[in-house]
Formats: sequence, C-alpha cells, structure tokens
Amino acid sequence: MTDAIERTLIVGPGSPNGTRADAAAAARRLGERIAAEGLADIDYAPVDSPFGTLYAATTRRGLVRLAFPEESLDEFLQRLAHRLSPRILAAPAALDPVKRELEEYFAGSRRRFDLPLDWSLITPFAKRVLRKTAAIPYGGHLSYAEVATEAGSPRGARAAGNALGSNPIPIVIPCHRVLHSGGGLGGYGGGLERKRYLLELEGALTPRM
Amino acid sequence: MSASAPASAPSDSRTRPSPGGARTKAIRSGPQTKLAPGTAPPFQRFLDAYREDVWRFLLASVGSADAEDCFQETFVSALRAYPRLRPGSNLRAWVLTIAHRKALDAHRARSRRALPVADIAELAGDAENGSARTSPSTPAAAARDEDLWHAVHGLPERQRCAVLLRFVSDLPHREIAATMECSEEAARRSLHEGLKALRQEVTAV
Repeated sequence: MTDAIERTLIVGPGSPNGTRADAAAAARRLGERIAAEGLADIDYAPVDSPFGTLYAATTRRGLVRLAFPEESLDEFLQRLAHRLSPRILAAPAALDPVKRELEEYFAGSRRRFDLPLDWSLITPFAKRVLRKTAAIPYGGHLSYAEVATEAGSPRGARAAGNALGSNPIPIVIPCHRVLHSGGGLGGYGGGLERKRYLLELEGALTPRM
Repeated sequence: MSASAPASAPSDSRTRPSPGGARTKAIRSGPQTKLAPGTAPPFQRFLDAYREDVWRFLLASVGSADAEDCFQETFVSALRAYPRLRPGSNLRAWVLTIAHRKALDAHRARSRRALPVADIAELAGDAENGSARTSPSTPAAAARDEDLWHAVHGLPERQRCAVLLRFVSDLPHREIAATMECSEEAARRSLHEGLKALRQEVTAV
C-alpha cells in the first residue's frame, strides 16, 4: 500500500500525454497574454523569405535584429539575452508588421521600410555608418569609401566595412547597397549570393545569365 | 555565418529591485548579486523547459479548475523577477517556489469563497479525470487513485506542499525546505505527517 501511494504520487494526476498537451496549451495562452500586455522586453518570431526562415526580434522601440538562417534559434536567443535582456518570448502576432513589410519587399512591391528600428545593438561608429547606409535609396548604391566619408572618417573604408558586417538588421538597413568603388560586390555578412540577389531584386544589378 | 559580429555588451542596469519583488523571496538568500548579462537563459527557453513541471505541480495541488490561472500567475511573476535572478540559481526550484505560492493563494481564496460542496465535487471530478486518463489497470486501482488525490487536496497546506514537492516535483529535502521557507527538519516532518495522513485516509476508505 505504501509503495502504491508513493507511486501514484510520483506519476502525478493526469496522463503524461495529457500533461504535455495541457502545459503546452497553457504556455501558448501565456505567450499571447504576455505579448498583449507588453510584459516581455523582446518579442521574436520566424519570418519566411527567399533565403529560408529568418528570425526577427523587436523591442518596445522597434526591430532590433534580423538573422539569416545560418544562425540557429538558440544562438539568436542567447545573443539577445546576453546583450539586451533575457525577457524574450516568442510572439508571432507582435512581429506581423515586420513579416508584412519583408514579404512586400521580397515581392518587389515595397521600396522603403517604414518599420521603427531599435539601434541599441549598434556601436556609435557603426551607427554613423549604418545611418548613412539606411539613407541609400532603393536601387542605388554607394562605395565603402563614400559611406566612410559620409560617416565622418574619409580614410575608414575598412572600418566602415566592419561596421556594415556587424549590421544586426540586414536587408532592412540595406548594407547590401554598399559596393567596392571598382564595381565589385565587396563583402556581405549573409553571403555574396544574397547580396547579388537583393541588388538584382532592386534593379541595381543586371541578373547574370 | 551571421550578419552580426560580436560587439561590446551594453552595461547592465536592469538588476535594480522593483516593487513587485517581495513575491520572489526564493532568490533573496545571500547578498543580492548583480546578474551578469547572459546568466539567465532566454525566458522562452525557461518556459519551454519548466512548463510541464509547473503544470503537473499545480494540477496536483489546486486541480484543473485553478491550474490555468495559477500557471499564468506563476510565469508572469517569474517574468517580472527574471532579470533579478541570482547567478547559479536553481531555476526549477525557483519556479516551483513561485508556483507553490500561487497554489497557496488559490487554496486560500477558495476557502474564503467557502464553497466546500462545490469544491469537493470539483476536486473529485479532477481525480476522476486524472485516473481515467492514466487508466489504472483495474477499477479498484482507479478508485484508489481517486481517493488518494482527494485526500491530497484535503491535507493541511504544509503537508500537502511537502508531499507534492517531494513526489510530484521530485525535489530533494533541501529544496523543499527552501521553497517552503522552513528548516530541512521541518520539511521532513511535514512530509512524514502528510504521507502518514494519506496512508490512514486511503486505507480507511
């Protein structure tokens, strides 16, 4: 009898499958409530794109991060927890405006993002560079040296390249619009194939045959 | 390859206590250490890791009618207190401590509502659902499970808590004592008395 009582207590009320499903459902409702009440510091969700699944994160200020598929969800979350706040929750509905604008952009029907941005992952120098970059219009481009000059360090083309490489919100802050002055593509954090794809999408580059 | 390169972390100024902090005393022992950024896992991962443990504990403690509310309150409180967690905290024991407090609140609110008849019917219903889903091998076993969960709900709160934390949540005595804010000796005593009461109750039926 003694053992039976302890065994029943250890098994707990309900079946393991029922508990798993009920706990998952309760956690989902909790997530919706937290998103609705704005209790988390960072909301995130997956976003479909021609490159695969991107992960996007927003704070109360705006879009703070957009990650290419090579970055695992764990890395993405750990970095945000480490650098901004561990109060991060999946909140698909909160990211709807981001998903919509990206979808329109990739469909060719959006030429400018209207999303509010959170610049807090960007260092002061990178901010100067990326602000200039954000002002390059759709279909246009600047050279690394030009961006560096506009950011106030005319001889800092390499530093500007590093700042562009550290862009936490690629595509939306269009670092793909910065090229070598000789016409070469230069580098891209997401890989050169993607840089070429984005430039072709915007009509800045003629598609390769 | 990522679009972001490692950069210097922003200075952390999020660890100051807030007015709601009194509810999360489990992390108060020792000096309030400033949480190094990155110590706590992303909250979503924490929720994923412990939601079943919390749900099981609450289902056993307050029954299905109040489990949902207690679950929500537990994790909302945890989210509020999260940036103030001390490095090296046992996250599972911490969240079960919060769940334990929410369960106590629910039990007290229930006795204030003073609806013992409805209460008993509801708890019996839970036990019935529970045993139906675990499908014990015989009707006799099902009835025994039902009696047992009924008896658990009827235990004095400290005994109920000690029994649930020990068996349902599998916490060691030291963690049970921390959760219940008593000595390890007192926790063992509550557990012993709770088990004794359950044996008497269930064998007597």
